Amino acid sequence: MPDLLLELFSEEIPARMQARAAEDLRKLVTDKLVAAGLVYEGAKAFVTPRRLALTVQGIPAKQPDVKEEKKGPRVGAPEGAIAGFLKSAGLTSIEQAKVQQDKKGDFYLAVVEKPGRSAIEVIAEIVPEVVRTFPWPKQMRWGSGRLTWVRPLHAIVATFGPETEEPEIVTFSIDGIEAGNVTQGHRFLAPQAFKVRRFDDYVQNLEKAKVVLDSARRAEIILADAKNLAFAQGLELVEDAGLLAEVAGLVESPVVLMGSFDEAFLQIPPEVIRTTIRANQKCFVLRDTKKDKLAAKFILVSNIEATDGGKAIVAGNERVIRARLSDAKFFYETDLKTKLEDRLPKLSGIVFHEKLGSQVERIERIERLARELAPIVGADAAKAERAAMLAKTDLVSEMVGEFPELQGVMGRYYAQAQGEDDSVARAAEDHYKPQGPSDRAPSEPVSMAVALADKFDTLAGFWAIDEKPTGSKDPYALRRAALGIIRIVLENKLRLHIAKVAESATRPILARRHHISLGKDETEVDTITSRLIADVLHRWTDRIANTAKRDAHSHVPDIDAASRELATDMLGFFADRLKVHLREGGARHDLVDAVFSLENQDDLFMIVRRVEALAKFLETEDGKNLLAGYKRATNILRIEEKKDNKSYTGAPDPRGYQQDEERALADVSTVAKTEAAAAVKAEDFAAAMAAVAKLRPMVDAFFDKVTVNVEDAKLRENRLKLLNEIREATAAVADFSKIGG
Amino acid sequence: MSAAADPSASQQQAHMDPRRSFQGLILTLQRFWADYGCVILQPYDMEVGAGTFHPATLRALGPKPWNAAFVQPSRRPKDGRYGENPNRLQHYYQFQVMLKPSPPDLQDLYLQSLQAIGIDTRLHDIRFVEDDWESPTLGAWGLGWECWCDGMEVSQFTYFQQFAGIECAPVAGELTYGLERLACYLQNVECIMDLNFNGRDGADKVTYGDVFLQAEQEYSRHNFEHSDVEMLFAQFKMAEAACQKYLEAGWEGEKKRHLMALPAYDQCIKASHVFNLLDARGVISVTERQSYIFRVRELAKACGEAWLATEGGGAGT
Repeated sequence: MPDLLLELFSEEIPARMQARAAEDLRKLVTDKLVAAGLVYEGAKAFVTPRRLALTVQGIPAKQPDVKEEKKGPRVGAPEGAIAGFLKSAGLTSIEQAKVQQDKKGDFYLAVVEKPGRSAIEVIAEIVPEVVRTFPWPKQMRWGSGRLTWVRPLHAIVATFGPETEEPEIVTFSIDGIEAGNVTQGHRFLAPQAFKVRRFDDYVQNLEKAKVVLDSARRAEIILADAKNLAFAQGLELVEDAGLLAEVAGLVESPVVLMGSFDEAFLQIPPEVIRTTIRANQKCFVLRDTKKDKLAAKFILVSNIEATDGGKAIVAGNERVIRARLSDAKFFYETDLKTKLEDRLPKLSGIVFHEKLGSQVERIERIERLARELAPIVGADAAKAERAAMLAKTDLVSEMVGEFPELQGVMGRYYAQAQGEDDSVARAAEDHYKPQGPSDRAPSEPVSMAVALADKFDTLAGFWAIDEKPTGSKDPYALRRAALGIIRIVLENKLRLHIAKVAESATRPILARRHHISLGKDETEVDTITSRLIADVLHRWTDRIANTAKRDAHSHVPDIDAASRELATDMLGFFADRLKVHLREGGARHDLVDAVFSLENQDDLFMIVRRVEALAKFLETEDGKNLLAGYKRATNILRIEEKKDNKSYTGAPDPRGYQQDEERALADVSTVAKTEAAAAVKAEDFAAAMAAVAKLRPMVDAFFDKVTVNVEDAKLRENRLKLLNEIREATAAVADFSKIGG
Repeated sequence: MSAAADPSASQQQAHMDPRRSFQGLILTLQRFWADYGCVILQPYDMEVGAGTFHPATLRALGPKPWNAAFVQPSRRPKDGRYGENPNRLQHYYQFQVMLKPSPPDLQDLYLQSLQAIGIDTRLHDIRFVEDDWESPTLGAWGLGWECWCDGMEVSQFTYFQQFAGIECAPVAGELTYGLERLACYLQNVECIMDLNFNGRDGADKVTYGDVFLQAEQEYSRHNFEHSDVEMLFAQFKMAEAACQKYLEAGWEGEKKRHLMALPAYDQCIKASHVFNLLDARGVISVTERQSYIFRVRELAKACGEAWLATEGGGAGT
């Protein structure tokens, strides 16, 4: 069966868009082939800076024929109806139609045979459509044309044919670009045009014309050559997958070269050297393994085999890197001249969020909260406070201004340089962590205090101004902040009442906003700011005012009540994040719900332990049967309570027991409740589950021997109350009603 | 560099060699683009932040073809470093080429121009690295690349998609050569002030520093410490008002023709530069900054609209 070769030859495609574009091309073309009835055997797409290529193997030469039956009027129907039928079926006379019989009699039937079109014709329609609707993230027009593409599109190769024959050119044209069978090689090394037949010779001739078509192979070549060059110098390449992919997308013919820079630059922190060389020059750095530090060398990837062996290219790159590192060194040395705390005034002029005040206001809140959290995480309160004060000051350093990705890292270096305690310096870097699933959570107490305070302040702030995440929108990364808190707490086994912390974090924010909204110090408050926040405040001042009304004796609005309300709302958000987090670890989200819906559950570590114990329990025979018994009891209760329009709570009357099973269930319920509550208090969830498990035989026996819905109303009520005892006893460990299955 | 690309052969005189003379570099580029058929313009006589502000760029709008090249002195008050930074200046030169509609071989033409100034593409690694261009104050954007030579950015290459908020059709291709940086590379010096300006030796040699060092020091003082803030705020308002006034007065015949787009645009350029001066003085807060940029953009948009209703903008054609 024939193969298709397609190449879209353009000016340089941005490296970051290449991989996606290749995948899109493959999918779009093959989906349309399949939709047209052309089921192919295999397809693969390739991309270089100047070309997108696609090979599709084993396409049928033509579409399958399609047979369509069309039912017409009855035999002997009026002429008009028959004429209409002939027209719609594309027949010229009624003799061409068949006559068939059904219950009502004879009728006409037209059999229309649609012969399949040749595949090459279909492809000639598919490709222009794909080109015109291609989903580039950004595209453009050029010259006088109307076509859009990522950069000007110059030529198209499209050939189609079986392996044994000379393939045909698929004839189509897009905005004046005729599909053909001619392409060209490397821009500088082999710019001549050459003819293409099919994929095999295409790849080989490109290779001869100094183009490596497959980006994965280009990456392999770069990595292998870079490692070899490093090894020859007794060094080790600092691998960087993102950079490798990018560089492979910038060259058609990778040539790896090594350059060096002045050893004196090694005084600059290695992160700075690496960031400078990577971000600006797209070069790799090397490590001297013997000295366990960076080497004064770098790896660059050129697009040409230069006539002088690369000397000029290396010299040029060394020049630029020298200039860049000089800049970096200058920034570093300039930054070291200013103490971190002296940068605070500058931060007071920087707005964190127009409704949440300046960076300094935020830092002050974090300081207070970090101090509060210190004893809980086992940190020295003074150190935690100091760390919180300094942690964000590097934001206004020269270096972070130039390389925002170095925030925190520079703070650590500058803190160390001015003689701060090691834990304080480390917190500058670690309080941003964890940044993503692969990033570690901080484990040093001071870092934990600042990291938690930072994240709680972020959540509380955006909660207070009602900027919660919705759907896929989370512009302030609040989900990441909540998940960060969850990971820090769980990984360090911290005992933290998050509702209390959230409340404490919210209070100063609400107080500030309330203060501004009252306009007490109107002169102090920038009029623009107050106007901006007025509308958002509206909701909260209302709420505060309402709370105040309830308390007629007080003129001070109850910010505490508002904080509590916000904290409760935030708790629901934490519950959702925790579910997502635990689900990734394989836990059942219904069990998280079952624990969370008990009252006062805000100790994440205990919640998770309880969920684990519950999961284990539900895997046992006792657990499964108890759950079944519970479901049965609550089902009955639900139905009867609805019927009688009352709830059967409260203790059953022991005098009303008529059977041993009733008495036994009542006794064991009391014991289970007490024992489970005591075990929960002692944080022994396995024991709590064991206590509840004692219910099981009695529950089973009760359902076996006792009828609940009896004629005697008093007896029935007492038995329903007994069922309620099951509900209450299990509630000591979890809300069983939330458990599925 | 190889003999094949030796530009001195055609220039004959050593002092005109772009590899040893800053003015030789400019003249070589002018000659190259003149030979291609460009109109060689002189710099615009107002302070601008980049070559794109030259009113010739307005011709990116409208249906008429336009090929031009020119040097434009550019001012970025904030980039001043009192002449102490080896490669940052508050005043520098851009060499600007605009071809409309962009010819299909624009990349090749650009590479030939590099050959003309002595960069051998078989010896040096030339790369087109994604860099999309946007000028928020002009309401302009385009897609293209920064062009690298051995890891150094030497030019910007842009296909104009929009100017003054208006779609460009046909599309103009714009090349911007950063002359000082390119010259440093060609002359192999580390500091712009050390560039040989006139290509002479010994006592006859004039350096870039001889010409501009004093100006860099004086203007840095002015831009950061002494510029008259009150006057500048007033100037901004005056330029803005004048621009609106001229735009208003220039319309004729139910907004079909405009007779004063260029004088109005001058005031837009003026407002933009005054804003840059205020910004360098640090007297504009982050929030205000956005609103100033917005105000200049509104002027630019209105000027672009007016331009389309002029002869040069293709009205009535």
